[in-house]
Amino acid sequence: MTAHNRNLVAILGGSTAVYLALAVMMGVLPGIWLSGTPPGPGVAPLTAEQAAGRAVYVSEGCAYCHTQQVRPLATDSGFGRPSAPGDFAYQTPQLLGSERTGPDLTNIGNRQPGTVWQFMHLYQPRSVVPQSIMPAFPWLFEVVDQPPQGESAVPVPKPFAPAQGVIVPGARARALVAYLLALKQPAWPLPAAISTAPGASPPGAAPAGFDAAAGARLFTSHCAVCHGAEGAGVPGVFPSLAGDPVVNAADPAEQIRTVLHGRAGKTINGATYAGAMPPFADQISDQQIADIIDHERSSWGNHAPLVTAADVAAQRAQP
Amino acid sequence: MAYSEHPGLRTPDEPMLVRVFAAYTVSATVWLLLATFVGLILALKFSYPDLFTAPAFSFGRLRAIHTNGTFYAWASPALIGLALFVAARSSGTGLYSASLAWVALALINVAAICGTVALDLGYNAGDQEYREWLWWVRAILAFALVLTAWNLIGTVASRRDEDLYLSNWYTIGAVLWTIIVLIVALLPWYQVGLGQVAVQGYFMHNAVGMWFTPLALGVFYYALPKLLNRPIYSYSLGILAFWTNLVFYPILGAHHFLFSPLPWWLQTLAIVFSVAMLVPVIGGSANFLLTMVGQGHRMHRSPAMFILVGVLAYLFGSAQGTVEALRSLQPVWHLTNYTVGHSHLTMYGFVTFAIWGGVYALLPQATGRRAPDLAIGIHFWLSTIGVIIYVLSLSVGGTEQGLDWMRGAPFIQSVVDQAPYWLWRAIGGGLMFAGHLVFAFNVSLMVWGGLAEQAADRRAAGVPA
Ligand code: HEC
Ligand code: HEC
Ligand code: HEM
Repeated sequence: MTAHNRNLVAILGGSTAVYLALAVMMGVLPGIWLSGTPPGPGVAPLTAEQAAGRAVYVSEGCAYCHTQQVRPLATDSGFGRPSAPGDFAYQTPQLLGSERTGPDLTNIGNRQPGTVWQFMHLYQPRSVVPQSIMPAFPWLFEVVDQPPQGESAVPVPKPFAPAQGVIVPGARARALVAYLLALKQPAWPLPAAISTAPGASPPGAAPAGFDAAAGARLFTSHCAVCHGAEGAGVPGVFPSLAGDPVVNAADPAEQIRTVLHGRAGKTINGATYAGAMPPFADQISDQQIADIIDHERSSWGNHAPLVTAADVAAQRAQP
Repeated sequence: MAYSEHPGLRTPDEPMLVRVFAAYTVSATVWLLLATFVGLILALKFSYPDLFTAPAFSFGRLRAIHTNGTFYAWASPALIGLALFVAARSSGTGLYSASLAWVALALINVAAICGTVALDLGYNAGDQEYREWLWWVRAILAFALVLTAWNLIGTVASRRDEDLYLSNWYTIGAVLWTIIVLIVALLPWYQVGLGQVAVQGYFMHNAVGMWFTPLALGVFYYALPKLLNRPIYSYSLGILAFWTNLVFYPILGAHHFLFSPLPWWLQTLAIVFSVAMLVPVIGGSANFLLTMVGQGHRMHRSPAMFILVGVLAYLFGSAQGTVEALRSLQPVWHLTNYTVGHSHLTMYGFVTFAIWGGVYALLPQATGRRAPDLAIGIHFWLSTIGVIIYVLSLSVGGTEQGLDWMRGAPFIQSVVDQAPYWLWRAIGGGLMFAGHLVFAFNVSLMVWGGLAEQAADRRAAGVPA
């Protein structure tokens, strides 16, 4: 080395050495240390099919629009309890994501456990959520003349259905939905103070009456994906709630029980429905259920007596 | 093109340097067109989600093609071409090795083609932003950078002056540091679960801050004095910014994962250093702005206008990054479209404009051919107005999105409310893309035709050669 180049070595060598040290400190060491994070209680590895579904999720870039991290902020409380380090033990590649164009999916298996809904939504999101801008993934499905023995076709509504034949999920769609349904946060032993326990209406609170705004908002966030924003449903898959006998019955017991415990396979007004109604008992409080039910009972031409949180609590208490 | 006949010629091996510089620019420009055409399709898909429904055109695949394409196939080779030219010129020598430069350019293109095709077929390295190219593709890229570092160091090592001109500190430093960034991001052993989250936080930020930022600043430090024919306002301020950027930047990566399960101290450290970054950012921008003060007559209709936009975007974009990192504001903006606006203010308003300023300033000096002022002006205004629309619409839209979430509106409300902003973003993007077409036209003039560059010697005091 010539004397001439001593400053070259000082500047470039010096800065590179400094940077190397910082890269190890800020990249490698945290990586080594956090890679050893043990799984949290109830966190289990995926099955082979779920893992295959996760690979589809990665390959299709779902993570660019969907996060899988619940922050300890009020904004995120609808997505589940805050994520804990142990939740990510089996998650390589990590899919926390950096943008929430669509909802967080950490808990989607609890929020939306219906396979039929998931298939319809993946095949064409706008068949169930008209305002959705999520891409359609028809290439994960197959068009066949007849569904194979023992399987049923995905009940895609008319405007989205192919001209010929019916839609059945391909292996990748089935794996992907198996993965989505496995996305359930294991319960977390939380101190009682921040518990979001179901049905936690404050003790002694008198029934607050019917809060129309809350009812409409809760219906949009919990029910509209299937029953539609206007309660019109999807023929053959999700029943319309406008003029529905259960919603208009004077005795609210069956309606409350349907929301609490879910329902499938019932014949409603002579029609059967391919979808399934998930249970909400563990997701929303008595007051919230009452608000939703009152919203249904007073919208889209329905006129039926309103209910209170106490009515819901009474039904919840029944076996 | 008769290289031997124009006044830019300084050394006998000049034609080779010119050819290398021109080739890097042309290659990068082709990728710019491709990657931002993809960006435009992405933008349209937010308004027309059923546009081009096919695996090869799906959002999840094209997005990675767009980001990796703009990073590694557009901005990187364009900046490397400029860095090679600046290294040779500021050292008063020729290129250390033309072959190294050709091999590196070929490798970058091989990587870009393989990376893009694989992404389009659905093969990516785990949705890890800006490193979705498969590991072996990124290894090719890293190898190209090793060759580039070798070439740059070889070039400046045979410089005439004792001093190493400041631009080279930034550009060569950037190449050396980025080799480290790429290697840290490649090795798998410490990237399991949450460990990978930490490495991703480190990578996302360092890929931008230790690569594109110093390269673009290196271009400013050379091209601006050349264009204005006066030395940079303060050389020592440039040195201060160099060292502070080096020490502060690497520490702030975790600010992409605030409120995540990453250790709280790592997040706090990131926030503190996000604020400290104001030192190099304000120092650096002030240095450029003070160099421009009182030079209005020289700035007008000059490539220096691109540099002005670049400096302002650097200043505002970085200040915005600092503000975004504060815990009190994070809940509003994090995970919203606001971040995408920020990415384009910095990667487009700052880095991409820096490249354009550099190319319009230096390529004519190399080839002796220039593009007409009118065409340069059209490019300037299309891209400037476009990016302003892009960034403004997403900043407002992203804020509304965050506020929707905070007031507990049903999620779909935040999707519905974005519709007008997404449309405006696509309109801004359309203008930007139109600007790129004009730029490509201008590059072709600067390389293969166009007007003869004025013989005026732009040698500036205090700027070597
Ligand atoms: C361009 C962004 C985008 C991409 C890519 C995307 N989604 Fe979505 N996703 C959305 C939006 C917006 C919504 C909300 C509207 C709706 O329900 O369709 C959504 C909703 C969902 C929901 C329902 C969430 C809920 O809480 O009801 C699921 C499940 C889902 N997406 C899964 C996926 C999967 C799986 C992929 C990849 C195959 C994917 N998404 C890709 C934007 C996207
Ligand atoms: C995953 C889709 C889905 C969601 C989400 C959903 N439902 Fe349902 N719901 C159904 C299906 C399917 C049925 C028909 C069940 C059957 O066939 O037995 C149904 C039935 C009902 C019925 C009974 C209609 C009758 O005549 O028996 C009521 C009432 C109802 N849903 C209310 C709600 C409310 C309130 C919510 C939100 C808290 C909600 N649903 C969310 C799918 C859904
Ligand atoms: C015509 C010009 C361009 C258009 C229309 C455009 C459009 C887009 C779109 C639609 C996205 C996806 C946003 C989302 O997922 O919500 C995106 C992401 C991105 N683009 Fe561009 N882009 C353009 C130019 C560029 C250039 C030149 C660069 C860099 C040099 C760039 C860097 C990025 C980055 C870094 C992201 C990721 C953003 C983030 O995650 O925050 N873009 N772009």
